[in-house]
Amino acid sequence: MTGTSHNIQQEIEHTHSLTAEPIFYIGNFAITNSLLNSWLVVIIIIIISLKIKRNIQIIPGKLQNFFEAIIEFFLEFFDSITGSREKSLKFFPFIFAFFLFIVLSNWMGLLPGVGSIGKVIEENGHLVFVPFFRGGTADLNSTLALAIIGVVTSHIVGVASIGIWNHLNKFINIKAILEIPRKIKEDKTVIMVNPIKALASLLEIITEIAKVVSLSFRLFGNIFAGEVLLASMAAILAFGLPIPFMFLEVLVGFVQALVFALLVLSYLVMSTEKH
Amino acid sequence: MEGIALAKALAIGIGAIGPGIGVGFIGAKALEAIGRNPEASGKILATMILAIAFAEAIAIYALVIAFSIH
Repeated sequence: MTGTSHNIQQEIEHTHSLTAEPIFYIGNFAITNSLLNSWLVVIIIIIISLKIKRNIQIIPGKLQNFFEAIIEFFLEFFDSITGSREKSLKFFPFIFAFFLFIVLSNWMGLLPGVGSIGKVIEENGHLVFVPFFRGGTADLNSTLALAIIGVVTSHIVGVASIGIWNHLNKFINIKAILEIPRKIKEDKTVIMVNPIKALASLLEIITEIAKVVSLSFRLFGNIFAGEVLLASMAAILAFGLPIPFMFLEVLVGFVQALVFALLVLSYLVMSTEKH
Repeated sequence: MEGIALAKALAIGIGAIGPGIGVGFIGAKALEAIGRNPEASGKILATMILAIAFAEAIAIYALVIAFSIH
């Protein structure tokens, strides 16, 4: 198969590695199997979007109708978080892009052939099976990148909408310290309370890091654990037993994409509010 | 190394106690709410699924640690 001569008696390891395995290298950059899947998802999204865009009509055809229904449904859903249709429309392309990419990435990991078609390579003296394709979000790098994009965008949106002084004061409450000489005549306790307020807002910085970590690990953990679960079920009994777990994985893929998108949306909305 | 299997088992075993109880609570409260107001069951169901995903995430963190110990 690969040209290396290996002993037929040697057993091929089929473990699920935590990191994505590189398939080939461009220069020094490793193209991993999860990266191939992500590119495939991007190509699919581009093809579908171009197809709908070219044939937009007033009376929609089937594909356009389907997506219009989805967009209606999601706009209503986002309305319950943002509170106003205008804000929902502003944030919708960004959040829906997250949702679409993540849900397609999750589901692509369930297709037959993904994770099962691959090559056998020699590593550390024993043979390891490396699949050509693997779920895009089953790689911590993808989910970490998505989470960082979401959180950094929430900061940028915060600065753009309420100004950099207000946004900075959410994290280091300098306003509270500056107010002390002004308010000390009316309320003597201000000299005690406001420095505490200033320091307490430093905790917000830790919350930002926690947001990135929780977003990325939630998505990665769910999809990776799902992969391992399906592989284990198929190893126990390949006929019939994986079926309910496939349904579970389809549902989990959808729900996790929804949760990710809704969390990024609520971070965006929170950063546009004053305090 | 000895005890690695024990470490993995304990990581996911203890880590799943809290989320298990939490998901149970969420389901119970959601059912209670549906019982009091069956018309709102669509909204309640959607919110329940969301809350369960959050609670489940904690168990997933424990699972990832269990997988990465070696």
